[in-house]
Amino acid sequence: MKISHLLAIFTLFLTSSSLFMGIIDTAVAEWVGTDEKAKQAINEIDPHYKPWFSPIWEPPSGEIESFLFSLQAAIGSLLVGYFIGYYKGKNSSADGRVKGEDENRDGDYENRVF
Amino acid sequence: MHIMEGFLPPFWAVLWYVFALPIIAYGGYKVKRKIDEDPKSKSLLAVAGGFIFVLSALKIPSVTGSCSHPTGTGIAVILFGPAITAFLSAIVLLYQALLLAHGGLTTLGANTTSMGIIGPFVGWLVYKVVKGKIDVKVLTFIVAAISDWVTYIVTSFQLSLAFPSGVGFNGVLSSAVKFMAIFAITQIPLAIIEGIVAALLIGYLIQIREDVAEVVLV
Repeated sequence: MKISHLLAIFTLFLTSSSLFMGIIDTAVAEWVGTDEKAKQAINEIDPHYKPWFSPIWEPPSGEIESFLFSLQAAIGSLLVGYFIGYYKGKNSSADGRVKGEDENRDGDYENRVF
Repeated sequence: MHIMEGFLPPFWAVLWYVFALPIIAYGGYKVKRKIDEDPKSKSLLAVAGGFIFVLSALKIPSVTGSCSHPTGTGIAVILFGPAITAFLSAIVLLYQALLLAHGGLTTLGANTTSMGIIGPFVGWLVYKVVKGKIDVKVLTFIVAAISDWVTYIVTSFQLSLAFPSGVGFNGVLSSAVKFMAIFAITQIPLAIIEGIVAALLIGYLIQIREDVAEVVLV
């Protein structure tokens, strides 16, 4: 197994082990965002603080919010994947295009029934 | 996670804007110059920006029982330096402020300062010091993880400056400890994850484009 595979599995382990720690100690784990936690901390430090500006638009529901978050991730992975694929394809066509195509063509002609 | 909309008093909101805006503008100018000089860099810019987009969209559970997300700025800062990273981060933060009510317009200056400027800048300093001495992937791991983690230390300090728990420096410090317990500890496993993913991506980029290794090690 390549070291990169091991590392990829390790990232999954890091994520999921956190979840298990939450199951063991459910009192701590609410899985809210740290921004929510920070909001609570601000309230403790300064109970009178009121946000002086609210978002001009908020996703109307949790579903729409997760849709927009997935869209963000999709745009990002599209960009990364597109260019990696582009260069990978470009390299492999530069390496062995002629050879590969000829082999295919020979095979095709031999097996083809006219 | 970014500072929520309206949760920095106007003074601090303006201050961080004043700090961040010139750097974002300079980053935008550098992006344009980079593309003009070397059109091939466009695709790497897209990969660096795309990486920030993906990683900062992923809210991951952490050991503290709360969720946060990585920043994805490590790749950009290694390939293009801190100014361009600031510009790319600002785009992502604007998307999240406008469409997701995540972060905010009034806190955009502060959030760009932490995620786009100081975090990656510290990562970039480390990169400058250790590059050439260690393997590129290890280098990327360290730079990405540090950029990620420092981002949230900066966020903690930004909040504690605005909300000190007492008078003077000690008040700021005791608030900083409080906010760090929220942000910095949650972020440790996430920074490690980000470092690993960034290192894998750099390894892959070097495989498919030889000039990436030169860019990274120049």
